[in-house]
Amino acid sequence: MSDEMAINEKVQELEQRLAKVEAKGNGLTMVLMSGDFDKAMAAFIIANGALAMGKNVTIFVTFWGIDVIKKASFSTAGRGFLEKMVLWMRPKGWLKLPTSKMNFAGIGPKLFRYMMGKKNVEGLGSLMDMAMEFGLNIVACQMSMDVMGIKKEDLLDGIEVGGVAAFLSESYKSNTTLFI
Amino acid sequence: MATKLDFKGMACPMPIMKTAMAFKKAASGDVFEVVCDDPGFEPDITAWCNETGNVLEGINKEGKEITATIKKK
Repeated sequence: MSDEMAINEKVQELEQRLAKVEAKGNGLTMVLMSGDFDKAMAAFIIANGALAMGKNVTIFVTFWGIDVIKKASFSTAGRGFLEKMVLWMRPKGWLKLPTSKMNFAGIGPKLFRYMMGKKNVEGLGSLMDMAMEFGLNIVACQMSMDVMGIKKEDLLDGIEVGGVAAFLSESYKSNTTLFI
Repeated sequence: MATKLDFKGMACPMPIMKTAMAFKKAASGDVFEVVCDDPGFEPDITAWCNETGNVLEGINKEGKEITATIKKK
């Protein structure tokens, strides 16, 4: 009798552990460190693809990636001098992002947007909206924001703020993590 | 009985995004015929069906047009 009970217990334990392993199949996490137009496009196309497959997607946005999720305009009042300088020199929002190569003082992104438009490729803003509608989670790095004087109100709506542990916990739960 | 979805002219990732949107509102067993002329559509829709569990009943190619018949699981 006790042998049978021991085996049943063991089976139950194994089933619980298996359930945890199977639950890992449904997540994708990304770190978006780049503030470049081309890299942001890649991040959001991949995010949309995964969302279309029913996966849970979280993008952890840090450092230059924060440029991608800034509002198009916001006031820099009430911040220190260096912070104001950095904010002034960085692009605000997805429409102003440079390409990582061939930027040509801002002509590059316009050129690529034109070429992409001709082939009916969806624009970055539209990809971002669609992804959010599909349930994308965006978490902005609190530490980067503090260093550069960025406040939550400067970012687009629907964005959470977090630290490295928040990201890593999501990353361990998912089974694919990308660094862009 | 199949609902036709015309996604000709769309580029990645729109064909599978729009397919996913249509399937969200569909009932189990509904059949869709999705038409697209993006050459990447065939491997994309096959992979999408694989991951989501929806059944790829067939792929038909006529010139540049690719028609995928998919049944919602």
